[in-house]
Amino acid sequence: MAKDKKHNTEIVTKPKWFDKDSVTIPMLQILKEDGSFHKDADMPEYDKELIVKIHDTMQFIRILDERMIAAQRQGRISFYLASRGEEAESVASAAALDAGDMIMGQYREQGALAYRGFTVEQFMNQLFSNEKDLGKGRQMPVHYGCADLNFMTISSPLGTQIPQATGYAFGQKMDKTEKCTICYFGEGAASEGDFHAALNMASVYKVPVIFFCRNNGYAISTPAQGEQYAGDGIAPRGIGYGMKTIRIDGNDVFAVLKATQEARRLAVEENEPVLIEAMSYRMSGHSTSDDPTGYRTRDEEADWQAKDPLERLQKWMMNEGWLDKDHVEEHHAEVKAKVLAALKESEKVPVPHIDELINDVYDEPTDMLKEQLDELKEHIRKYPDAYSKTSGRLD
Amino acid sequence: MAKMNLLQAINSALDLAMAKHDNVYSFGEDTGGFGGVFRATSGLTEKYGKHRNFNTPLVEQGIIGFANGLASQGSFAIAEIQFGDYIFPAFDQIVNETAKFRYRSGNEFNVGGLTIRTPYGGGIAGGHYHSQSPEAYFAHTPGIKIVTPRNPYEAKGLLLSAIFDKNPVLFMEPKRLYRASTGEVPEEEYTIPLGKADVVKEGTDITVLGWGAQMEMTEKAVEKAEEDGVSCEVIDLRTISPWDVETVTQSVLKTGRLVISQEAPITGGFASEIAATVQDKCFLYLESPIARVCGIDVPYPLCHEKEYMADHLKIYEAIKRSMNY
Repeated sequence: MAKDKKHNTEIVTKPKWFDKDSVTIPMLQILKEDGSFHKDADMPEYDKELIVKIHDTMQFIRILDERMIAAQRQGRISFYLASRGEEAESVASAAALDAGDMIMGQYREQGALAYRGFTVEQFMNQLFSNEKDLGKGRQMPVHYGCADLNFMTISSPLGTQIPQATGYAFGQKMDKTEKCTICYFGEGAASEGDFHAALNMASVYKVPVIFFCRNNGYAISTPAQGEQYAGDGIAPRGIGYGMKTIRIDGNDVFAVLKATQEARRLAVEENEPVLIEAMSYRMSGHSTSDDPTGYRTRDEEADWQAKDPLERLQKWMMNEGWLDKDHVEEHHAEVKAKVLAALKESEKVPVPHIDELINDVYDEPTDMLKEQLDELKEHIRKYPDAYSKTSGRLD
Repeated sequence: MAKMNLLQAINSALDLAMAKHDNVYSFGEDTGGFGGVFRATSGLTEKYGKHRNFNTPLVEQGIIGFANGLASQGSFAIAEIQFGDYIFPAFDQIVNETAKFRYRSGNEFNVGGLTIRTPYGGGIAGGHYHSQSPEAYFAHTPGIKIVTPRNPYEAKGLLLSAIFDKNPVLFMEPKRLYRASTGEVPEEEYTIPLGKADVVKEGTDITVLGWGAQMEMTEKAVEKAEEDGVSCEVIDLRTISPWDVETVTQSVLKTGRLVISQEAPITGGFASEIAATVQDKCFLYLESPIARVCGIDVPYPLCHEKEYMADHLKIYEAIKRSMNY
């Protein structure tokens, strides 16, 4: 067959069309839904300590999510976003990374943050917007961030972190850090222009970044297949941008671990950006602001309940003798007590001092901001009852 | 007449517009069968089908680009941006395309059939990204009208005008009032003209001006000032661009005093634009400096939301300062 050398493409003399079936991308699964391994599977590197830590973190996040949804319903916090059903994705991927690798999340990756060591008190302080919150109470609940743990602060607008991850990874490469950046986002956010810019630039610059798409089936109410996209999910887009790409079962801890371990190796050792599409299901609503019964069926939810990542892992661990019912129950009780104690404690901590209102807009508050703050304080002094959270300590 | 909240009034306007012409389309993130995150479009898919009220993929620049194209083809495109805070990926499409479509083509093409609906504003514990009032960014751009209603009656009449106006309109919906504001609304079609401010209450001592959700704050402040014996003239600007200079300046020529209140940060806000024009046209009649009661120049905060907001107490204090100047 003739070849056009300039474009490195073969020449054909009859129209040859390609469609979404031209490339079929399979899904890596190691741990079956029944809790046993596929016999011929390539295994990730793991030991008991790692798997127990993954399990305990997943269980912690599930309990935290449950408790905080209840706290929102009681009016104790204004808002919450749960990650139920997707704990394997965030926790096992974080477990495949180095603690020095940067994490850029969307807003459903509390599992990765917990794995890094964010404490239950730190979670609570952010959720209650109190003065101990690292973000100084400025953002809605679940918008965590922690420089010490290399977890970039969450921003609500969708997809904005994806090209930022490319830029961050470029810096890591230039500084010869031997670290990479992992960037999480949903299949909905992958419709944003930022996603496309990010993947293209990462491929062009060859930077150590792992794009981790949590395809959880829904963007709020909009179903992925047919309404978010008409193709074969997100993975083929990676190939389109010339990137190493894999699709995995996002509810399988071992598949997530294996794929992310390999991705990190590619990213750090070969400067290959990677796209991972993890197939999962958002078992909760998008947030406490929506009710999934308005857009999906109970049957569909039940189907996915049977694939639950935590129960699947527990089955395997129990068969292996790495977990027993007592540990699950004891750990559950212990975590629940810790969560409740931290919740009660954080609730009592006051909001940040009013002076914090004008800090961090710039590196230093401007004269105009200082003047605006002084006027505000004078006003609060006149009407202390109307601003009771801050009027008690204005000096 | 029927009792409606602001969302129901918007839904009613959309319903009537879609019933009137087959080429009226409504779309945005989650706006299809689910009816939008605030339910403004609920029932429209059942009534007009999934080809006329539908979900878009999650891409704001795509939504407005698509809407520009659809409007340029001659259809009526009603695009919802889920939160005003998320309109910025579409900034290029709005500022460089929507607003210049007619002018750059010498009126060969236009996108007059485009209406962008978006909830805006704070007071709902929404933090940085569910609270902003971005009107000033767009008011700086000639070629697009900007409209915001204060209550259900205004919402329906203004939205129907916006949809069928021959110019593209950014229709900003005060989400804090979506369910909180209720009132009697005609069930049939009616319109309220764009570009015309509403003198909500006549008075002689001072003019108090606002728009959208800020009108609720303004009216509360005025109630308090009137108890002190101050006669306030209250104006709802309704259309931010092009704004009704005549109504505002006539009022200030009468009262000699002006307090303007906006939710957005003070610097570069639309209140400043109004103040500049009014001092130009009413300079010798002014009894006191024009006061602006606005947000502080910081990103919209969560934990200090109450302190940050340009609330009725701050407006009341500004009225007092102006009267005692």
